[in-house]
This record gives sequence, structure tokens and C-alpha cells, in this order.
Amino acid sequence: MRRWALPALLLAALIGLWQIAASTGALKDALNLQSFLVPSPVEVAESLWDNRGLLAENAWVTLREMVFGILFAILVGVGFAVVMNRWRVMRDAAYPLIVASQTIPVLVIAPILTVWFGYGIAPKVVIIALVCFFPLTINALDGLRAVEPETVKMMRSLDASRWQLFRRVEAPTALPHVFTGAKIAVVFAPIGAVFAEWAGSSAGLGHLIQSDTANFEVARQFATVAVLSAMALVLIGLTVLAERRVVGWR
Amino acid sequence: MKSDLGKTQAAVEPISSPVETGGEGISLQSVGHAYGGLRTIDSLDLSVEAQGVVGLVGPSGCGKSTLLELICGLREPGRGTVAVGGSSVAAERLARCAFMPQRDLLLPWYSAIDNAAIALRNQGIGRGEARAAAGDLFERFGLGGFEASRPAELSGGMRQRVAFLRTLIAGKPVLALDEPFAALDAITRGEMQEWLAAALRADPRTVVLVTHDVEEALYLCDRVAVLSARPGRIVAEYGAPLRRSENRDAAVTDPEFTATREKALWSLREGSR
Repeated sequence: MRRWALPALLLAALIGLWQIAASTGALKDALNLQSFLVPSPVEVAESLWDNRGLLAENAWVTLREMVFGILFAILVGVGFAVVMNRWRVMRDAAYPLIVASQTIPVLVIAPILTVWFGYGIAPKVVIIALVCFFPLTINALDGLRAVEPETVKMMRSLDASRWQLFRRVEAPTALPHVFTGAKIAVVFAPIGAVFAEWAGSSAGLGHLIQSDTANFEVARQFATVAVLSAMALVLIGLTVLAERRVVGWR
Repeated sequence: MKSDLGKTQAAVEPISSPVETGGEGISLQSVGHAYGGLRTIDSLDLSVEAQGVVGLVGPSGCGKSTLLELICGLREPGRGTVAVGGSSVAAERLARCAFMPQRDLLLPWYSAIDNAAIALRNQGIGRGEARAAAGDLFERFGLGGFEASRPAELSGGMRQRVAFLRTLIAGKPVLALDEPFAALDAITRGEMQEWLAAALRADPRTVVLVTHDVEEALYLCDRVAVLSARPGRIVAEYGAPLRRSENRDAAVTDPEFTATREKALWSLREGSR
């Protein structure tokens, strides 16, 4: 109860303050702007309702990009981790490069990938995966390396093959860590999706925000942000549910 | 608990295993081992007859655990030869030995029975058949009713029993036990020693038991070797007077037992210097 009630109360208070500041004109005076550029929460809510069809259409596009992007990141991240855990030389060779790759801003890569892969869903999935794979790789590798050497000896002595050791010990040990990585990845995914859509797209919430910037549709921009954030929260919730189901022994 | 142990002692028919058990001894000849520049074992000779139970006691860091890994084929000696059942090839030692580490290391994602049956699963036996084989032993060794429990739901003594059954069920002729009861409280440890004695009476194997508890070694083993401080070598050997008798309390207060224990403790102190 307290877990939900307190943050909800704080959020309501902040929105209330914003409402007062916007509807009394204090906010627009302070920013020295015209009132349509400083919408109140009520106006944002109205925009959300009036544009529900448009928002839903574009949300669906972005949601698909995010889901495929995260799944691709899980595939790549866990794949990298398994290979680096299995072959020491791969870890020594690739690990520093993977860490270094995180210094490259995705914002700069996005236009290049759009040139390569076109304006469809493909570059979005790749860009989201690029943003998301790092926490997955690092956490999955940590998970695989969390296996106790004594457990490996015990399993070898009890006739486990390399594959059986992976399936019965390494993979289950790594799973909770993979979920930790996945939760971080889900938080990063909307950022990747918006950057990817900004680099070139004809639909999606990021695209909508971009075109609304040109038209000063500030109320709808806020509404779009709310939808994007809500989508990410739902995805995190689903990840937590999946975690509880899959990693039930914890 | 007590009544379960009583039943255990009545059951003497051998436990059926997929591999022929018994009949394989161990022989170590001038074995030396070092980690980097640190010599842990120095020119050590040891032989264990088939179905013999030998205890290794010694101070911490004298290479006892390394010795078990050498016997089990998990490690190769720097010098000397280690042979199990006449073979010094590591893969064949690995095939003949089952290693029980210090902590139970039960896998939390499997039930107690699936943990105990893991060797059978590794050997390619189906889940149902593996569970059935382990289930019989659960009943006989006081774990009936806990088949489906998760390791976290079991007491320390029960976890250790599951870990021992896991080692036994592998069907290997040689068991290498590394301080199996060190983590338990004194009362549970005593009960577990009686329980292990009963299990070994019912199903004799060649056993190497590493422990820092002289009394435990003398109660459970036929013979106890005392190791010196690093680099470890055998400084004394004692025949155990009352090997695995049914009544542990009577055994450990027997005058001959206590006399041997004092001598072994003296050797241990001398060797630790």
C-alpha cells in the first residue's frame, strides 16, 4: 500500500502544482512564452484523449520496434556472454572492445544505420539492440561466472558433459542476472527507439514528437511522452512478472 | 530421526547401481603437487584397498582437498602417480570416482530428488527412471516425504544427506568426501556420522574421507592417515578400532578408541609444527 500510495501522492501533488502554475499563467509569464506553448496537465489530458487514435497507431509502431529490439539485444547479449565465458581468448579479445563501444553515442550511429538499412523497422531494431545489449552482455557474463568452481568439479565428477554443465548449472545460475540486465535494457529501449525514429522514419512516437516540434504541438508532445513512458513501465512490469515465473527458486 | 536410522541399519541389501561397484582400490606413489611456487603436497604415498575406508586428517592448507581432486581425476599431480582401479589416466579416474565437496552445493532450481538423481540424469537416464531410483534411497535413508522439497526448505543435516545420496547414486566404486559434515552443528554431525556409517555398511565402497575431526575419522574409517602441515605428507597412520559400529556414543567412549584418538591427536599436533 505504502509502496504505491506515496509515489502516487507525490505525482498527484506535482501535477497539481503544474496545473496551478499553468492555468494561472504564472508559468508562461515566467518563461515569457505564449500560453499554447505551456499547456496545463488538463490540456495534455485533453490532447491525449482527442489524439487517442493517432497515438495508438504510432505507439503500436514504436512498441513493435522496442519489443523486437529488446529480444534482439537479449539474443546478442546472451550469445556474446556465452561465447566469452566458454572461450577465455574471446573474453580477453572482445570485452575491452565491448566496453569501449559504449563511448560511441547512438545518436551519431543512428543516421548511418538508417542509410544502411533503410527507413523500415530494421534500423530501429538494430539501434535499440545497440543501446540495450551492453547491460545484458555484462550481466549475463557475470551470471555465468558466478558458478562456483566446486560445483563444476562436483558435476564433472558426476559425469556431466560440457552441455549438461551449461544446461543444468551455468544457464540457471546466469538467469537471474540476465533478468537484471533485461530490466535495464527495457529502461534504455525507449531512448533507442526515439533516436532511431529521429534518424529517419514515417511513423512512431519519436516521429510524432519530431513533427510536433515543427508545429509547436506542445500539448500533444507531452501526451506522446506520457504514452512512451507508460509503455516502458508496462514492459518493465512484464519483465518482472516473467522473472518471478522463470526464476521462482529465488 | 532415530527411528529412521534404526530402519536404515536393518536394511543391508546392496543398493543397485548402474555401474558395478566395489573392487577398485586407490594407489598414490610419491605424489607431489604445487600451486605456482607453493608446494602443497610432498612425496606422499597412500594406498586404499577396494572397499576400504581411509580418513585423512591434517591441519588447514596441508593439501587434503587437493589430494581428493588428484584421486578423482579433477587434477593431475606435478610428480608421482595416482591410480584408481589400476589406471592412472585422469579420465578413467574421473569415471571411477564421485566427489562430494565441502558444502552441499545443492542446485536451488531442482527439487531434493532431482538433485540426488543428477548423476543418473547426466548418465542419460530419463527423469522418471532417475527419480524412481533415487526415491528408493530417500525412503531408506530418512528422507522420505522430502522428495519434492527445494533445497532451501531442508535443514542442514538433510541437505548434507541429499548431497551424500547424490554422490552415492552416481554408482562409482570410489567416493571422495571432503569434510562432509564440517558445516553442521555438533549434535547433527554425530547423527550424520551414524547415518553415513549405516549407509556404508549397507553399500560398501572405497572411500577417502577428508576431515579435520580426528574422532569423526576414527569412527567412520578403517584406517586414518595424519598429514603434516604444508607441504603435506603422511606422518602417522592408525588402524581404527571400532569401524562404523552401530552405536556411535558407545564407540567413541570405548577406552581403545579414546586411546587411539589421543595418539592421533598427538601426531596431528606434532605434524602441524
